[in-house]
Amino acid sequence: MIPAAFEYERAESVDQAVQLLGEHEDAKLLAGGHSLLPLMRLRLARPSLLVDIDRLSDLEYVREAGDTIEIGALARMSDLATDQTLWKHCPLLAHVCGEVGDPQVRHRATIGGSVAHGDPASDPPTALLTLDAVLVVRGPSGERTVPAKSFFTSVFETDLGPQDVLTAVRVPKLASGTGWSYQKFHRRAIDWAIVGVAAVVERDDGHLKRAAVGLTNMGSTPLRASGVESALAGAEAAPQALAAAAEHAPEGTAPVSDTNASAEYRTELSKILVRRALEEALAR
Amino acid sequence: MLRHISLTVNGTRHDADVEPRQLLVYFIRETLGLTGTNVGCDTSTCGACTVLIDGRSVKSCTMLAVQADGRDITTIEGMARNGDLHPIQRAFHENHGLQCGYCTPGMIMAAASLIEENPQLSEESVRMGLEGNLCRCTGYQNIVKAILAAAEEIRSSARVSSR
Amino acid sequence: MAQVKERYVGQSVKRKEDAELITGQGRYTEDISIPGMLWMSVVRSPFANARIRSVDLSKARVMDGVVAAFSGKDLAGDWAAPMLMAWPVTEDIKNPPHWPLTQDIARYQGDGVAVVVAESRAAAADAAEAVEVDYEPLDPAVDMEAAIADGAPLVHEDIGTNKSYTWTLTNGDPDKVFADAPVVVKERYVIQRQIPNAIEPRAVLVQPSPAQGEFTMWSATQIPHIVRVAMTITTGIPESKLRIIAPKVGGGFGSKLQVYPEEALCLALAKRLGRAVKWVETRSENYLATHHGRDQIQEIEFAADEDGKIRGYRCRILTNMGAYLMIITPGTPLLGAFLYCGPYGGEAYHVEFTGVFTNTTPTDAYRGAGRPEATYAVERTMDALARRVGKDPVEIRRINFIPPFTEPTPSPGGLTLDSGNYAATLDRALELAGYEDLRKEQRARREQGTVKQIGIGFSTYLEMCGLAPSRVLSALRYAAGGWDAATVRLLPTGKVVVIVGTTPHGQSHVTTFAQIVADDLGVPVDDVEVLYGDTQLAPLGMDTYGSRSLAVGGVAVHRAAQKVVAKVRKIAAHELEVAEEDLEYEGGRFAVKGAPDRAKTVGELGFSAWTAHNLPDGLEPGVEETAVYDAQNFVFPYGAHICAVEVDTETGKVDVLKYVAVDDVGTIINPQVVDGQVVGGVVQGIAEALYEQAVYDENGQLLTSSMTNYEIPAAPDVPEIAVGRSETPSTTNELGVKGVGETGTIASPPAVVNAVIDALSPLGVTDIGRPMSPERVWRTIRDAKEGGAR
Repeated sequence: MIPAAFEYERAESVDQAVQLLGEHEDAKLLAGGHSLLPLMRLRLARPSLLVDIDRLSDLEYVREAGDTIEIGALARMSDLATDQTLWKHCPLLAHVCGEVGDPQVRHRATIGGSVAHGDPASDPPTALLTLDAVLVVRGPSGERTVPAKSFFTSVFETDLGPQDVLTAVRVPKLASGTGWSYQKFHRRAIDWAIVGVAAVVERDDGHLKRAAVGLTNMGSTPLRASGVESALAGAEAAPQALAAAAEHAPEGTAPVSDTNASAEYRTELSKILVRRALEEALAR
Repeated sequence: MLRHISLTVNGTRHDADVEPRQLLVYFIRETLGLTGTNVGCDTSTCGACTVLIDGRSVKSCTMLAVQADGRDITTIEGMARNGDLHPIQRAFHENHGLQCGYCTPGMIMAAASLIEENPQLSEESVRMGLEGNLCRCTGYQNIVKAILAAAEEIRSSARVSSR
Repeated sequence: MAQVKERYVGQSVKRKEDAELITGQGRYTEDISIPGMLWMSVVRSPFANARIRSVDLSKARVMDGVVAAFSGKDLAGDWAAPMLMAWPVTEDIKNPPHWPLTQDIARYQGDGVAVVVAESRAAAADAAEAVEVDYEPLDPAVDMEAAIADGAPLVHEDIGTNKSYTWTLTNGDPDKVFADAPVVVKERYVIQRQIPNAIEPRAVLVQPSPAQGEFTMWSATQIPHIVRVAMTITTGIPESKLRIIAPKVGGGFGSKLQVYPEEALCLALAKRLGRAVKWVETRSENYLATHHGRDQIQEIEFAADEDGKIRGYRCRILTNMGAYLMIITPGTPLLGAFLYCGPYGGEAYHVEFTGVFTNTTPTDAYRGAGRPEATYAVERTMDALARRVGKDPVEIRRINFIPPFTEPTPSPGGLTLDSGNYAATLDRALELAGYEDLRKEQRARREQGTVKQIGIGFSTYLEMCGLAPSRVLSALRYAAGGWDAATVRLLPTGKVVVIVGTTPHGQSHVTTFAQIVADDLGVPVDDVEVLYGDTQLAPLGMDTYGSRSLAVGGVAVHRAAQKVVAKVRKIAAHELEVAEEDLEYEGGRFAVKGAPDRAKTVGELGFSAWTAHNLPDGLEPGVEETAVYDAQNFVFPYGAHICAVEVDTETGKVDVLKYVAVDDVGTIINPQVVDGQVVGGVVQGIAEALYEQAVYDENGQLLTSSMTNYEIPAAPDVPEIAVGRSETPSTTNELGVKGVGETGTIASPPAVVNAVIDALSPLGVTDIGRPMSPERVWRTIRDAKEGGAR
């Protein structure tokens, strides 16, 4: 199908994009377009104006900045999935970017678009939440940073205001020797996660020094499995301890039922996948 | 309001005024008359519309024509050069990698990008690399065989030419 | 004309049809445009059952680029008859009228209620949105069993029931056999509804020639010839004024074996407006408005001896028609009606089919059409019988196979089978699968109690195809014949044109038919052009479905070529001044017996026939021969499929580890093409077992409404298929050929399901629903562990 008619402006800078967004009611940012255009084709979204920032190539980068890696919002999933810097310091995120969609989608889809869309079934937001990332936002009153944990507010809803442009993502580097895993459970390779689990663990002397566990598609936003994390605090890095901790995965979740899985099944899967994620992370 | 765009398709420069809502695939098919690129869905799933944009595979149903301004696009019609089939096209023929042919242009373009990015393809990586292309006829087996054969041919001709 | 010595039949000749398809030059219907053509868009009901109070077209009509807009009532006078249903399976079948646009009540989500016509695709889409329909939603009948319960909402009020028909078939004395048998196993299976999903959506373009009253329609259809007849019936346009062209068609799988409302609408609007009208289906529309397949509830029983030897078969089937009967909706399940005994023996047989209306998209043929359903029921029940009598699945099949035969042999279902050696395909499949090693691995994993368990499943199927002997079709109350036609024409310069009445959409007719003719005439395969898909070019034809093209159309091709040989033989005898009996014919060359140098080739003789300078008295110039072939029987492919799966017993996820298909499809024309059909079919059947299901909610809303949640597998989601062939010529036709288009889809679903049940059998699992989504498998495991296993 063909989208309903709209106006189109190509922004030459982030500031111009912010300004254009303010001039129209119901204006939308367009970058890679892989969240928005499918909705527009089915006429489930009908913005009056698209502000195209696809060409702002100065937002397409990965760079080291001290203890963090900064990623421009327009970095493409395919580039991130093969980025050596990212693989070195944030392998979880590089891996997860390679799990999004398919090769053609990854060639166009941007990290910023994925995050700004606020889809709880999307993988990169969970990775960013698990990694305690910080999001950089430019709006009418200038730049601000928002921690991932307060960025995602509901299904397709984020902290972004109507005139805000997400410009970058800052991710703390993982200490060397940190284990990680992303367990994406889906039926077909191309599908969104029925449930996804991200895990990052630091081990110290046979015990867990730090564990962060994130959940995809287990509620209206990406979630941290805080029950699991507290059960793991200082726990032994042994199968029984991991399995016991994984039983806490459903705490605080509110998964939906759809044609691929019921909420009940998602709940069970979350426990299995958390356990498997922890096992894999510790083995890495 | 119409927007002016200027882009290169299969080596030929085109200038056109397009409605912002025109999808790239319909610009290619209906404005340029290059109907080899097909449309099989409206959810960016089937991959029949895959073309190369600046050398990378993209689903042309999920990009606006205005966004292709200034880009270099290759469609299935641009794969054969001077009457010689591209090795991927030849391999699809040799290995019976197509039946009805509708998904074939998208498959070939996806394969071109895949081989470009990773010439050392395995059966598994070819299959994974085709996750965004649906075929209802072949069961994929001969498509995978064709792409592996083409990758091998491209690899060996690269070896020859680098000598 | 060049001479060739080699034979083409039996060789993997590379496909002649590929060149244009791999270069993007193939023209599908959507690729064809006519200057000044208009675009049609259909306004569809969002409700499964709703009375249409009013249709307001006023806003749509004044929009930019809009040429016209009509409601169902506006067009009521354009129809000479409702859409054609060609298979009234019983005398008292209920077949309520199906108009191209509904006029009073929308009976499924997607039922067309209005059309708009505009100067562009976008304008048509915008205008369709602006049509305001006032609906009064009614309670829908969605679930098939609920639909036949008392008090259910009626899909068609005026017929007073949701039962369309009940059809039965009885051979022998099943009641007695079942009463006497020491063992009776009874099973219940649900065959889920599927959406065919040819990757090319449908498209229609009609160009009128108003002064002549003529119309040319391009349609993405499998059946241009049948569409022409049906369009004449519905629109009243004389058949002689209608030309239907099926250009390149991007897959069908039965979904384009249909005559659709949009074809009638484009025709009627082109007639009204005097302009070309085009319609291209969106995929979202396809999910609602292109027919669905399968959707049955089966109760099947086998009566057997204590050792598992089957005596009788009994089956009751509810089969979902959807909201209307389309071209062969009621007959589709009956294509399996004779196969509820598989390749096995027995003395009694009874099947009963009840067609049920529901407020859902109409169903009709989907790859295999009736036979996958039958095969599923039989092959699952074979395993149930094996469990019951304590035999393994291989042994239970072996003791029940009809023994090898090369002469026509009766089956319990009442068929006369053409040829078969069922045990041989099973033996070969066991060997290819490495069966003993698989069992060893299975035992090891069971002993270790690993999370991922292995299961092995079998399907030893028999199918019938090559639709069909016209007299049999008549007995089954099908409204048309089952013959097909071909014309072979020698061109003066030595090339050959073959015109066929079958209509390929991926099946490789252009290559395989050329192989047959090239051998018959002794010419290079590249000198043979095969043309198809146009009622003006090929006036005689019954089109492509039911694996009939080779077994019926291919035989017609061969016979037409033989007629050509017979005609030019007369010219050869005349020119060589000998009697016809004194000529030997081989490899396209007629030579005088005993004087091999005195010879003429078919090409030379074709030239002689064209110049007509020296023909035998009374012989007409030119060489063009047509054969119409009506088979005396079906053909009966069979085979053995073995599937090994790995089941993650924690999550329920199933992976196919190994899949072996050994099929006997009679004489093979082109092995590469045959293997391609088998692999494609098997993968489609694996998709049926593991992935695909059309899901409606209780309001009749289709929940699996796009390719994002209707799970068509892609390359990483399916295994490699190992193919083995066996070749037992059919006795039905002189080529010895059977059909191969559907075998894979018919055979594979029960092999996969039986494998999963086998993997879980230590838990006591004996049944699982399909598709076997991870959640369904997980639930089955959980219920079994909780002691709820049935």
